[in-house]
Amino acid sequence: MEDGPAPVKARGLVKRYKEVLAVDHIDLNVRAGDVYGFLGPNGAGKTTTLRMALGLIVPTEGTVELFGHDPMREGARALEGVAGFVEAPRFYPYLSARKNLELLGALDGGGAARRIDEVLEVVELAPRAGHRVGGFSHGMRQRLGIAAALLRRPRLLVLDEPATGLDPAGMRDMRQLIRRLAGEGITVLLSSHQLPEVQELCDRVAIVESGRVVYEGALADLRRQGGAGYRLRTSDDAGALEVLRAQRGIVQAQSGEHGLSFQGEESDVAALSLALAAAGIGILALTPELATLEDLFFRLTEQDAVAPGAGAAGLGGAGAASIEPSSEPLVGAK
Amino acid sequence: MSSVSAAPPAPALVGAAPIGARRPSTLVVYRWELRKLVSQKRTYLGLGLAILLPLIFVISQLVRGHPPRGADSIFASEIFQSGLATPVLMLTFLAPFFLPLIGALVAGDIVAAEDNNGTMKTILTRSVDRGQVFAAKAAAAMTYGLIAVYLSAAVGTVAGISAWGFHGVRTFSDTYVSAQKALLLVFAANAFFLIPLLTVVAIGVLLSTVTRNSAAAIVGTLGVTLILAIVSQIPGLEGLHPYLLTTQYFAWQGLLRTPTDWSPIAHSAWVCALYAVPALVAGYLVLLRRDVTGG
Repeated sequence: MEDGPAPVKARGLVKRYKEVLAVDHIDLNVRAGDVYGFLGPNGAGKTTTLRMALGLIVPTEGTVELFGHDPMREGARALEGVAGFVEAPRFYPYLSARKNLELLGALDGGGAARRIDEVLEVVELAPRAGHRVGGFSHGMRQRLGIAAALLRRPRLLVLDEPATGLDPAGMRDMRQLIRRLAGEGITVLLSSHQLPEVQELCDRVAIVESGRVVYEGALADLRRQGGAGYRLRTSDDAGALEVLRAQRGIVQAQSGEHGLSFQGEESDVAALSLALAAAGIGILALTPELATLEDLFFRLTEQDAVAPGAGAAGLGGAGAASIEPSSEPLVGAK
Repeated sequence: MSSVSAAPPAPALVGAAPIGARRPSTLVVYRWELRKLVSQKRTYLGLGLAILLPLIFVISQLVRGHPPRGADSIFASEIFQSGLATPVLMLTFLAPFFLPLIGALVAGDIVAAEDNNGTMKTILTRSVDRGQVFAAKAAAAMTYGLIAVYLSAAVGTVAGISAWGFHGVRTFSDTYVSAQKALLLVFAANAFFLIPLLTVVAIGVLLSTVTRNSAAAIVGTLGVTLILAIVSQIPGLEGLHPYLLTTQYFAWQGLLRTPTDWSPIAHSAWVCALYAVPALVAGYLVLLRRDVTGG
């Protein structure tokens, strides 16, 4: 990926509203080329953090830089190459879609005006270009929000729940568009509640809970740390369970409705298969199952599910793996 | 059509240079503020009244057929002598409340409407600085006030001349000025009335920025002018009169004396500056540092 300052670098961001601590020392590191998922339950501080990143809200403490520029100090200059929206994109209801884009293009220095038709085509709003935005559905406004962002030819695209209000086909198309943008080299900071969407699109994530980052790093690392689980069906499950429990490196072995489940490293699983064969037990199916992002998300953000053995995922051993919120090794930024 | 298209062939969405490196001038932002005003129906409410009131006045006087008796303004008794007395009389009628109301309607809404629509975040995430946005909005609101004043004056002048002819008028000093000079004085009187009117607009823009609520800002602006008008009526506070904004609404009348009395106009200029400059600076600073939430 390209050299130079990081698209987003936040250090110790704090936002306090009187007694309420909305954002509590958040660090973010979005690297060039990332499709970066920003996850958290409602009220976790995601939107406040994004607003601070875009210079809309003054941080109580801490700094944020976009490509090395601080939007609070440098104003609009810091937003060069940055586009997107926080919460729902908003437009002037009494102006048409085209007029809204003309206005925004003018506020970008006028260079974007000739791209209006192009971006309207991309979001399939060209036939409605002359219609007032006041009559648009929520989904159409979301698409117009994307068009407005693309008008700036961004290097960093900040999208806050872009799929909200879209129908399933619209959500699919939005994912395809984000994938395409990422493919063209745009760094995407995607705040989303759609965990499958994040799992599908993002390579790195930050998960926030109560204003704090409880995980930041590669999604693959998170899933790996969440525990590799396996599901096993054999010719003799009762005998196999005894072998599992005796086998070194195999943990969380248990019997369930759909067979056996356990956790272990690949090398230990290889040794297990030999041990089962030596015990005269045939393997009918041995399926690896990584924890889903949803499993991990809930384990990180819901206190009740954090306790070992809580089995939030219910997928064999994967569900039993515990990830302590704020645990040091998991927070790559710190 | 489902939604967002991702199907090739598609234009490149990423260019060699991102947009935003070229920042627009404040003039561009100002032009768009005017275009936004032009696109809103409410804009025409005030302008419509500014046109209607002089017409109603002229028609009602034509129907009545004689000037009002015992009128305290020399121009009230002059209206049947010259059409040019009408815009002067209209300015006297409209200056204390109606024209400030029109100014407040737009000034109180111009920043708060962005908060209500949630569009403040939309424009502040483009390539304009908050200072540019504030300057453009204040200038647009002032332009609207200017247009309202001159529209009312133009309609009053045309209607008055149509009804009673293009003749010279008597001044407050009981001297006679030619029709050409009277027309010039009408233009100048309205220009000097703009000083206190634009001050009202500045207060409206401040309240619009601070309250983020159009109705509160409009009512608040009118409230300020009403309170000052009430203060001007309280016995014992006469010493304050020269410094009240409402007193400055009539400073332009110095033009209609022979020789021209510039002192009330000069006084009006600096008194109004004492109101307008702090209001504009405060509004600018508030917008500069405030959190843009909502929407």
